Amino acid sequence: MKPQTKTVAVLRYRPEQDKEPFWQDYEVPFAEDTSVLAALNYIKDELDGTLSFRWSCRQAICGSCGLMIGGKPRLACKTFLRDFEGKVTVEALAHFPIERDLVVVMDDFIAKLERVKPWLMPREERAPEDGEYRQTPQEMSLYEQFAGCINCGLCYAACPQVGLNPNFLGPGAIALLHRYNLDSRDGGSEERMKLISAELGVFNCTAVGYCSAVCPKIVDPANAVNVNKMNSARDYFFRFLPRPAPKGGCQ
Amino acid sequence: MSARRPYIRPMARWYLRDPFFIEYMAHEGTAVFVWLFALELLAGLVCLALGEAAWNGFLAWLDWLPAQIANGLVLLMLLYHGITWFLILPRTIPPVRIGHARLPGWVLSAAGMMAMIAASAVLATGAWLLARGGL
Ligand code: FES
Repeated sequence: MKPQTKTVAVLRYRPEQDKEPFWQDYEVPFAEDTSVLAALNYIKDELDGTLSFRWSCRQAICGSCGLMIGGKPRLACKTFLRDFEGKVTVEALAHFPIERDLVVVMDDFIAKLERVKPWLMPREERAPEDGEYRQTPQEMSLYEQFAGCINCGLCYAACPQVGLNPNFLGPGAIALLHRYNLDSRDGGSEERMKLISAELGVFNCTAVGYCSAVCPKIVDPANAVNVNKMNSARDYFFRFLPRPAPKGGCQ
Repeated sequence: MSARRPYIRPMARWYLRDPFFIEYMAHEGTAVFVWLFALELLAGLVCLALGEAAWNGFLAWLDWLPAQIANGLVLLMLLYHGITWFLILPRTIPPVRIGHARLPGWVLSAAGMMAMIAASAVLATGAWLLARGGL
């Protein structure tokens, strides 16, 4: 029996020869379990070795296969051909510059992640003899969800404000920032809040909420952004009052 | 020489790109009707301050059929605005916990909408009682 096939339309862009991106159709055999990533690998192996795209884990954990599939930001390894009627369109992640075919320029996104200082800045310096920094499961539950981010960039492709103003810090980086600010062992909140309240911080967000809808890890970056609008307003209006001790107790 | 030439796609008409964006523009757009209603309320207040003739003019405006149709439309838009506002509420407020358990988003939205319905009912009853001339 001849296998069923599906048309996969890919937005190609080869900077050395194309003035701008163009659509190219490929016929791909598919079964119930054929992911879009598997289809792209079939194209590369069997039909057209010049196609470029990123991937690694094939199990929705490395975050490298983010693409616009059927016009929406999705992970190619977690999206299946069977779920599409007719042609499936595959395009590089929106709001990122296209480097080549389905590969985008991530430099700016990575720089934003670095800017939020995504590491623990201990609230109190301790020597190894003092023992470890301890945290209760409850304290961990406050930030756990935001620690689930795989940096796939889908939320940036979902955020029109990122598209309109690429300098906006953006949902993913703010979710990461929030993760550290919520950590009871961390003492860097004040420093990070400067980024939150800055011109390119949370107030660029107009609460579209699509970032959270497309997040494959249910991180809910929109919540991190919007809760920090409140935090920023609180810091502004109550700046003359003595601040309570930041975060939970860590002894 | 580098052959790199990153291509930046245009953002023109981005709001039509995805049904999610279309809905977003629709519910944000209904804020205009909230503004219109606020203007109408303000006009009523000004008329009240100006005296009986002005106030009667305002009442006549409220009785005028085209104005009633317009106010009906405003009411529908306000309802849509309110419902979508509560639907997005769980994304915009800090997580609500009862003990260790975190309330799911739909509970927050439902609670918000119930509060909206209850407040509207209280207001409508109050207005009705006033119109009847008290208890
Ligand atoms: S290949 Fe790793 S997330 Fe898809």
